[in-house]
Amino acid sequence: MFHTTDIPKSSRITRLVDNLYAKMPEIESARAKLITESYQATEGMPIITRRAEAFAHILRHIPIIIRDEELIVGSSTLAPRGCQTFPEYSFQWLEDELDTVETRNADPFYIAEETKKELREVHKYWRGKTTSELATSYMAPEAIRAIDHNIFTPGNYFYNGVGHVTVKYEEVLAIGYEGIIAKARAELNKCQVGDGDYARKSHFLNAVILSCQAVIEYAQRYAMLADEMASQCSDPVRKQELYVIAENCRRVPAKGASSFYEACQSFWFVQQLLQVESSGHSISPGRFDQYMYPYYKKDMENGNLSREFAQELLDCIWVKLNDLNKVRDAASAEGFAGYSLFQNLIVGGQNKDGEDVTNDLSIMCIQASMHVHLPMPSLSVRVWNGSPHEFLIKAAELTRTGIGLPAYYNDEVIIPALQNRGATLEEARGYNIIGCVEPQVPGKTDGWHDAAFFNMCRPLELVFANGEDRGEMVGLPTGDVTKMTTFHEFYDAYKKQMEYCISLMVNADNAIDVAHAERCPLPFLSSMVDDCIGRGISVQEGGAVYNFTGPQGFGVANMADSLYAIRKLVYEEKKVSMEEYKEALIWNFGKGFDQQTITEMTTDLLKKMQAEGKPVDEKTVSSILNAVMNMKPTPEKKARYEEIHNLIDEVPKFGNDIPDVDYFARDVAYTYSRPMEKYKNPRGGQFQAGLYPVSANVPLGGQTGATPDGRYAHTPVADGVSPSAGNDVNGPTAAATSVSRLDHFICSNGTLFNQKFHPSALSGREGLEKFVALIRSYFDQKGMHMQFNVVSRETLLDAQEHPENYKHLVVRVAGYSALFTTLSRSLQDDIIRRTEQGF
Amino acid sequence: MSAYAEYRVPERKKMDYLDTKGRIFDVQRYSIHDGPGIRTIVFLKGCVLRCRWCCNPESQEFRIQTMKVQGKDKIIGRDVTVREMIELVEKDRPYYYRSGGGLTLSGGECLCQPEFSRDLLRAAKERGIHTAIESMACAPYEHIEMLLPYLDMYLMDIKHTNPAKHKEFTGRSNERMMENARKTALSGKTDLIIRVPVIPTFNDTVEEIQGIAGFASTLPGVKKIHLLPYHRLGQDKYDGLGREYFLDGILPPSNEKMETLKKAVHAVCGLDCQIGG
Repeated sequence: MFHTTDIPKSSRITRLVDNLYAKMPEIESARAKLITESYQATEGMPIITRRAEAFAHILRHIPIIIRDEELIVGSSTLAPRGCQTFPEYSFQWLEDELDTVETRNADPFYIAEETKKELREVHKYWRGKTTSELATSYMAPEAIRAIDHNIFTPGNYFYNGVGHVTVKYEEVLAIGYEGIIAKARAELNKCQVGDGDYARKSHFLNAVILSCQAVIEYAQRYAMLADEMASQCSDPVRKQELYVIAENCRRVPAKGASSFYEACQSFWFVQQLLQVESSGHSISPGRFDQYMYPYYKKDMENGNLSREFAQELLDCIWVKLNDLNKVRDAASAEGFAGYSLFQNLIVGGQNKDGEDVTNDLSIMCIQASMHVHLPMPSLSVRVWNGSPHEFLIKAAELTRTGIGLPAYYNDEVIIPALQNRGATLEEARGYNIIGCVEPQVPGKTDGWHDAAFFNMCRPLELVFANGEDRGEMVGLPTGDVTKMTTFHEFYDAYKKQMEYCISLMVNADNAIDVAHAERCPLPFLSSMVDDCIGRGISVQEGGAVYNFTGPQGFGVANMADSLYAIRKLVYEEKKVSMEEYKEALIWNFGKGFDQQTITEMTTDLLKKMQAEGKPVDEKTVSSILNAVMNMKPTPEKKARYEEIHNLIDEVPKFGNDIPDVDYFARDVAYTYSRPMEKYKNPRGGQFQAGLYPVSANVPLGGQTGATPDGRYAHTPVADGVSPSAGNDVNGPTAAATSVSRLDHFICSNGTLFNQKFHPSALSGREGLEKFVALIRSYFDQKGMHMQFNVVSRETLLDAQEHPENYKHLVVRVAGYSALFTTLSRSLQDDIIRRTEQGF
Repeated sequence: MSAYAEYRVPERKKMDYLDTKGRIFDVQRYSIHDGPGIRTIVFLKGCVLRCRWCCNPESQEFRIQTMKVQGKDKIIGRDVTVREMIELVEKDRPYYYRSGGGLTLSGGECLCQPEFSRDLLRAAKERGIHTAIESMACAPYEHIEMLLPYLDMYLMDIKHTNPAKHKEFTGRSNERMMENARKTALSGKTDLIIRVPVIPTFNDTVEEIQGIAGFASTLPGVKKIHLLPYHRLGQDKYDGLGREYFLDGILPPSNEKMETLKKAVHAVCGLDCQIGG
């Protein structure tokens, strides 16, 4: 049994949120300076030792702060929503962008001149020492070429830490870091100096011990700060609060938590400090309502806790989750827009025995998101046939607020999908979600879930160009497309290009993977992932029980519609010849070249001339540019290209509950997900496909020419497994049924299905009931994930015009929620363009 | 009425009821305001009334016609069989199953094509799909009677109690509809819900709404009344059809106004009143 009644919001929370968003986020240099100092002092030592020493050095000296009215403490930066930098992964992009990061379009950060100077200084040390530089040297030249040609982008882990993990929070809550140190010591005691793995294991375990001790010391620094602030505080209420904070920090996370409040504080230090050790995002709290519940229950039964205070503490944690931040390179910032850290927290679902374990905290977590109304955490809800109805109604109420949360996940698909990857039934029942949509077994998985974005449209472009892209051989020579006499032959060529490009992506990912193992093993993270301590190696070296690499493909809907249109128009109805189709694509269906195409073509021609040893001066440049700009098809051709576009419009599209098209799309999705399964990663695990794009469908669509589904050059590609924007014309049930016809079980790295609703679709109790029924029905048909934007088109248009009035407007972008006004204009437009469902 | 004649199949001619033909102009899936649960609405073409506020003016004439939609000509109306329609209705069965939804016939006026309506409702009923119609009951009672064995819910429009005013704004007087409402209620064969489109300048005073509510409360078995606020979403279609929109400049009733009318309903009868469908 659980309570579902609303708990009022404390006024403290409003003030905490306002203070958090008072200023633009800022880049700080403390961590970069400290890690550089430490690395300089530890040259020549084993890398795992250097990592632990550096982590300890940072935690001893990084400035600390307790913000006004906080009940849960621990901040990585002095500035609210500030960020530290991580030069050990990469720095060149930051060095190049130091002067533009404040004014850029997506996710700008303030940076002081002094900070720029300090960062430029420390960057000198890191040249040649980063994971990204090492990764590049490990990559095959053809993989690098494919990256340069935007076939896929492994940029996330190339530039940053990996993150994407859920650690054993429950263990820290239960035994504290003293307990974990004791475990490491016990393991160390078992090691014999003559053991084959002694050198590695003993150094690893000592690194774990040092890291955990550093965390305990860090908490003690907070205890002292709180005491000091309390002694100077004139407000008796706040004074008492500060004393309690000091007492909490003296006890946790060193020891096991003895109360719900201590458990909250302990949780927070784990969550915060994982994000000081590495820049990896998607550090996901996972099943928070489950591991926190024993502490809540005990305090409630003893009468030591009120639901109101428990709610206030949760709300405080929710605020803190939005206090962490990360600066990315400008291109990645477009792809991950919204300052998001993707800290995914999931509630509800089953225990290892298959019983539903929704509890008070599950509901209070939903309530907390209603109270703070901020993008973090990425709140998720587990749904299964036995989910309590009132729990889902409460979740739907949160959806109705328009915050884009929660995302809904289907136990009935995810549990068998994980079993299919080797998890036991009990483990699979305990799954949680990482980052956007990626399911895994918590505490024992290194999923490398966000390993790359793979643009499924690009290999089709390679088919049309016989493997070439902008004058270079990037794919395979699959033959002259106009001479392919059957659809089978054409489809085969696409499959070959796909398989080849996938193998290049695997090469790139594995190169990066090795670089992380060699240069950035993470002893603190590894202390909380099974079975690193037992095996004596870090997560990055394969210490986790389950190891995956999960790159995500996107553009499924575009490719399904494209291949289907070609099958119909070229091979079955013979209304368009392949030659005409090819020309129509080049000429962007008669629309003419856009600026981007003109620039690209000019550059390519100039490069070719230079390569041939011809002289290139300003005059040649302008004459070529003019020539390209003046290239136009004849009026007859132009009319024919437009006619072809109209013919394509009439071909049935994915997303409209047309079984023939939908099952074809399922097969097209296999061209990505099936070849993936056969590849291994250096940690001893396998590759698995995901089908979700974060928000990269917009920028990466910008790198893709016109596609045979009628999509114009450089416009966004379809988002996740959702139908192409505007192509689903039969409403949400038809779209959902279509999407459910993809094979979600094989996409064990997650699929993402977005729907957008006008708020009145959820009005009243009846609206909520029908909304929940829609989710249940999609899940009955074995869909995996569903998320919703509930906001009116008018609101969004107005927010574009008057961003100042919509500072807090949150929309669901792709796998996460972001503040609408912080998104780039093109992404805003894309969100607006998506078909409004229900009316 | 002769326009409908070709679709009236004589009873003696034995044929599969799934082959019965009808004329529709739209099908809307995931409808959530026209009956319980998630529903599929089949909009039939043709109506005998000409309500000034009608938001589907393209539904009024039985003939297939052309309407300009965003600058392009669109053909309004197509002929279908019950078989085609029930296949389409079947598609959302997973959603009906979870939500308690089903099929709703709307229009136009489904009673203008009684055989097609009856057979489509029958097809749904035989497949265990919940059935409803949205109708203003302006037809011979025999046509309603034909539908009743297959009808779970009748969402019946009652627009006004005053015959003269009714005639002025809809083109017909209301006596037959009031009588049909009573007969339908007395039959006890379907769940009857009274719906009132609340139209400023026509029926939006407390007295007028109370008049309708008072009548509705005398119908045996009726427990619910819905007040549907006027909206302007159909306005552009009048332009598209080259017709004049008589309610130009009239604003939808405010939320406060609707709440006042809801209270007014509760003041005169025990019916459960909700705003919106």
